[in-house]
Amino acid sequence: MRRQLEGSRAVAEAVRLCRPRVIAAYPITPQTHIVEHLSQMVADGELAAECINTESEFAAASVALGAVAAGARAYTASAAQGLLLMTEVLFNIAGLRLPVVMTCANRAVGAPINIFNDHQDSLSLRDAGWIQLYVESNQEAVDSMIQAYRIAEACELPVMVCMDGFFLTHTFEPVELPEQAQVDAWLPPLRFSRALDPVAPATLGGGSEPDNYLEYRRAQHQALDHAADEIVSTAAAFQSTFGRTHGALIDGYRLDDAERVLITLGSVMGAVRDTVDALRERGERVGALKLRCVRPFPAAGLVHALRGARRVAVLEKAISAGAGGIIAAELRAAMHAAGIALPVDGFVGGLGGRDLTPASIEAVFAASAAAGPAPIGCQFVDVDAADEAARPGE
Amino acid sequence: MMTMRQIRFHGRGGQGAVSAAALLSLAAFEDGFEAQAFPKFGSERRGAPVESYVRISDRPIRSHTQVYAPDAVVVLDATLLRSEPVLRGLTDGGLAIVNAEGEPEMATGEVAPRWLAVTADRISIEHLNRPLPNTVLLAALAGASGWVGLPALETVVRRHFGRKGERVVGANIEILREGYRLGAAGGST
Repeated sequence: MRRQLEGSRAVAEAVRLCRPRVIAAYPITPQTHIVEHLSQMVADGELAAECINTESEFAAASVALGAVAAGARAYTASAAQGLLLMTEVLFNIAGLRLPVVMTCANRAVGAPINIFNDHQDSLSLRDAGWIQLYVESNQEAVDSMIQAYRIAEACELPVMVCMDGFFLTHTFEPVELPEQAQVDAWLPPLRFSRALDPVAPATLGGGSEPDNYLEYRRAQHQALDHAADEIVSTAAAFQSTFGRTHGALIDGYRLDDAERVLITLGSVMGAVRDTVDALRERGERVGALKLRCVRPFPAAGLVHALRGARRVAVLEKAISAGAGGIIAAELRAAMHAAGIALPVDGFVGGLGGRDLTPASIEAVFAASAAAGPAPIGCQFVDVDAADEAARPGE
Repeated sequence: MMTMRQIRFHGRGGQGAVSAAALLSLAAFEDGFEAQAFPKFGSERRGAPVESYVRISDRPIRSHTQVYAPDAVVVLDATLLRSEPVLRGLTDGGLAIVNAEGEPEMATGEVAPRWLAVTADRISIEHLNRPLPNTVLLAALAGASGWVGLPALETVVRRHFGRKGERVVGANIEILREGYRLGAAGGST
């Protein structure tokens, strides 16, 4: 049914349709509404799950870990400092190969403290061993939550669905919610082969020595690599059942004959599409590409999709302080490894909730077009002009 | 009817600017349009300036940016006229609806193409015993613009306030009808 819902409510409805048996969370803006709605559904008897308000995010992630280890489908959600407080547990979940699914309501990381959106929280955890999907709209958030459980359980890897705080979590827009019977048929109950069972005692997460730790880590890396196929096939299966797709690993927009391409992730992609249309009307051969999946990093897909491009700009809402844009660096590495000399201009903007306006997106296209042969390393978008003038060469 | 209409609400924390935007989007959806509503929260405290945005279109809405060129602004607190650039970006022929008694005064000398003063505080106090100007102004916007219908507004208000009992629902329906009438008539004096 198509409904006009707040993003948080829409995600909660999607989670309900997936029938988790354990929900554990600690509230943090802008994630709070999601778990409030889920808690209400459990209290109203609409969702047969154990809803646990934990004493911290560390505990919430630990409960999700334990629940899946015991064979129950589980859900948690967090953001910003809360997500970072989960860090140790998130690495453990991934290392134990537990199919936990969570939502990150993307928010800036302090200090300075800031409740608004950027991608610093989840991108800082890109090495944790989780599959990471970034969504553009609330419809994609709903559909990706349902896909996430299927991907996680097929790969025995955890999945983090990243949706922009406020820009999506607090936005009312139409979403099509599938019927319960459809989801039940598409997503059967979790059957976790390694579930702990007192009848057949086993250890999950024993110690590892120098003679086998490296092999475990290699296996985890390979599992993430192989997960790309599962993400693609799940998106295709979802489309054939539910009639919608948002791309799988990447989603190109007007890439045919595009000479200049802007790559971004998350909710700003909608405004980027509008900007591409406007520039196309002026005769500029531009296109855009949404990076839906950050882990596993779709290097081969990007190389293929950008084969016709002469120049690429990456616009991202996070920074590896002291190095520059994270996605720009990874894209440059992918191109270099493929032997392709494609200039990749790096842009960082929209941090701490600053709106990336149509004008700022156009300015990024323009700066990339005007740049010389050497790519722009890391340029900050919409920074105070006086500040910029005082520190040239940035 | 339209390609895209953009509305910006200005209020203070606690006045219902965020709810008004949500209700407007729900009513537009009820009327068969694509709609989007979202807040720009400040520091989430009572009295602080708050903005919220609505887009209504007959085509899918992709952008999630704030509204920079509104076709209408709705000002829930007239004191904001002195401190906030509430008319910024207002389109040619754009409409400004203000919760005020009589003609609003702009300290900044800004001029809106079309002003509509609605005594929303007074009307809400009459029906609810406290100033809650959002539903009055929402209905006035609907009446003045024709972008959403009164039946759709009544449907979403009924649903929204349903848990608070029939008395609250009834009072809000009365408020909607009065606001809508004032909007359609071009304002109150």
